[in-house]
Amino acid sequence: MSKPAAFHPLARLLHWLMAVLILAMLFVGVGMVSTVSEKHQWLLALHRPLGITLLVLVVIRLVVRLRFRPPALPRDMPFPMRFLAHASHWLLYGLMLAMPLIGWAMLSAGGYPVMLGSALHLPPILPANGLAFAWLREAHRYLAYLLFLTILGHMAAALYHGLIRRDEVLPSMTVGVRPQVSATAPAADEPAQE
Amino acid sequence: MPDPSRSSAPPHPWWRWAIIAAAVIVLAAAFGYAGGWLAPDRLTPRRIIDGLQQDSGVYPGYRRNHAKGVCVAGYFEGSGAAAPYSRSAVFGQVRTPVVGRFALPGGNPYAPDSSVPIRSFALRFNLANGQQWRTGMNSMPVFLVATPQAFYEQVEAGRPDLATGKPDPKRMAAFFAAHPESGPFLAWVKTAKPSASYVTESYSGLNAFYFVDAQGQRHAVRWQVVPEARDDAGTGPAAGDGDYLAGDLQRRLAQGPQRWHLMVTLAGPGDPTNDATKTWPADRATVDAGTLVIERAQPQDSGPCRDINYDPTVLPDGIEVSDDPLLAARSAAYADSYLRRTGEEAHLPGTAHPEDKR
Repeated sequence: MSKPAAFHPLARLLHWLMAVLILAMLFVGVGMVSTVSEKHQWLLALHRPLGITLLVLVVIRLVVRLRFRPPALPRDMPFPMRFLAHASHWLLYGLMLAMPLIGWAMLSAGGYPVMLGSALHLPPILPANGLAFAWLREAHRYLAYLLFLTILGHMAAALYHGLIRRDEVLPSMTVGVRPQVSATAPAADEPAQE
Repeated sequence: MPDPSRSSAPPHPWWRWAIIAAAVIVLAAAFGYAGGWLAPDRLTPRRIIDGLQQDSGVYPGYRRNHAKGVCVAGYFEGSGAAAPYSRSAVFGQVRTPVVGRFALPGGNPYAPDSSVPIRSFALRFNLANGQQWRTGMNSMPVFLVATPQAFYEQVEAGRPDLATGKPDPKRMAAFFAAHPESGPFLAWVKTAKPSASYVTESYSGLNAFYFVDAQGQRHAVRWQVVPEARDDAGTGPAAGDGDYLAGDLQRRLAQGPQRWHLMVTLAGPGDPTNDATKTWPADRATVDAGTLVIERAQPQDSGPCRDINYDPTVLPDGIEVSDDPLLAARSAAYADSYLRRTGEEAHLPGTAHPEDKR
């Protein structure tokens, strides 16, 4: 099956939009629970509507991912690296989908109204239950840490592709064109130029 | 021996690796700062709740403050008088179901009812439109401090001395000397006596809020619930009964529902909205927003108030938080306490286990 050389422009748009929003969300999340200042209020007011926005975006993104095949990984990537690349991507998708749902379920179980603005609110998706709240609240925290670590790894791997291997992986999610050199020779086989 | 693998091949100068390492370190450090791990001076909800625990001890499954209490339920019937100031549906001439909780301040759920002259009343209004209004009120006219930082200092000053098991009076005196804003509270507490009943008390929301009317206009307000029942000297507690408040409540409810009026005071120009230690002048306009009717009581270990966090920033459309810095701190600290006690109930790993009686 032939695969495109780069991610579909829509996939790239979703990737970078969600990258910014998810990072903002993680910072808002750890920030709002670590302060008693007024920041707590407005960060909380930001966190919920942003979370639901990300839930909608990840659903669109999954559809785009299934509709438009992603480019293949470079053929010369060793197996452990390929495995890590695939596993970390499915982990990212899983966490992107799970985090907003857990947040919504957690507020539901805590008996809180799921307010997205001063008047707009969503229905609960779980009955009020303090025990379920506690489990979901802690899952929300630790999965957020896991998501952050996975993003760090993802970013490091992308930079590794771009700076060390200098293959087509990073351009396939940025400019979207295959760099000239990699069409003929893998980057690392170039003579040292620096 | 030359290594043919890409990652260690010579054409990759150190600075390429350094860029990758720097990107990871900078992002991780920023996250660590945002989350407070790299900001040890930040006043976090955890520090406040840890401080309360150090003062009172840990009673797994219980609230970290106002630990002793009782669940109540009933309804609020709006009079319509507050509707010109707030567009919230709760102020129309409708009945809104309410789940509430009477409590004593302090972290000890076994404290005798006479140990403090303050009682508290928390309410959750479940509006028909799915929104909620939660409020935590106290039977005093002003709060002790104006800021979260001062509250934390007061919690630290109240730490029991290891030798005596009691707070050091000198430390408390030093705190109050450094916090003249506590003056109105201290003047009140000097004459306050522990009441014999929850239902004869007025309870004040203490913090200011904004009502938002149908035109979007904001009105700074404070509220208080004022009882219909009057003090009744005949119902005083029996000597040696440390739990007389719950018994009194059951007796009174057996005779009929208990009523309060929700009195909303409108701020005048210049009245402070950010300082819960200051009262507003007595001549401010006040409206009777409706009647709160409490019909039933249940023990807190099995009642519907148990799993409710009475976070005063959970508000319906038509009510907004003011610039009072205590509100965000109450929200953040209550959330921490709520997670600790529900986590203990759920036996989450690493939590203390609730005692048998919960």
